[in-house]
Amino acid sequence: MSMKVQTRQVDGVTILDLSGRITLGEGSVTIRDAVRDVLGKGSNKILLNLGDITYIDSSGIGELVSAFTTVKNSGGELKLLNLTKKVHDLLQITKLYTVFDIKDDEATAISAFTK
Amino acid sequence: MADSNSSRVSFTLDSSLDSVNKIELTAEQIAQRAGFDEDTIPHIAMAVREAAVNAVLHGNSYDTSKHIVASFETTSDSLIIRIADQGPGLDPDKVPDPLAPENILRGSGRGIFLIKAFMDEVNFRQLHPGTELTLIKHRTPAQPGT
Repeated sequence: MSMKVQTRQVDGVTILDLSGRITLGEGSVTIRDAVRDVLGKGSNKILLNLGDITYIDSSGIGELVSAFTTVKNSGGELKLLNLTKKVHDLLQITKLYTVFDIKDDEATAISAFTK
Repeated sequence: MADSNSSRVSFTLDSSLDSVNKIELTAEQIAQRAGFDEDTIPHIAMAVREAAVNAVLHGNSYDTSKHIVASFETTSDSLIIRIADQGPGLDPDKVPDPLAPENILRGSGRGIFLIKAFMDEVNFRQLHPGTELTLIKHRTPAQPGT
């Protein structure tokens, strides 16, 4: 199953609800385009909801890191929401768990963005 | 001496993402038949996927004239997967450590690290041209033989 993205706004934060697989040739380009699109529209507070991500490979992990650095370099913030156990474990193994700001509750995540 | 419990299957495939997906799915099915548990099967499948991506992307560079060969061997004590490409060759000692502070924010370079994290043994062999990765996962005593 390819990856799908739905975008919504909550209190000045753009939430990208992602579902499916983030792998080379499937979701990785989709994330890149979605984040670029949000930044292009002038929003730089982005919350990636990974609750419905069923699978992620090293290319997908790399794409999350690239999105994080792209948003950060533009002066914004990117946080992750609702990690599945598989994604959580991969971020632990790759020592990225402490790099990202990871939340498991949407309201908490929204309030954690700089006002 | 031949192992009466062993079985082996081999595929020669195009340098494409479809091949990567096929190899990943095959790894998942064979690991399941070999009796690996539900936590280990996705790890094996992911390691094999990463090896196949390396072969297609970094080895053969999507070159349609080059192929990858994937073989799956189940023995009484292990699952052995070999993925070979026809690329310029890979020196594993030159692969940067993705956990190093200077690399942690890189957008790529975690594939071989994950392969090593999820498999019990990983070996590289230079084919001149090409590289063959051998991935081995040992069965635990709780797993039934095939």
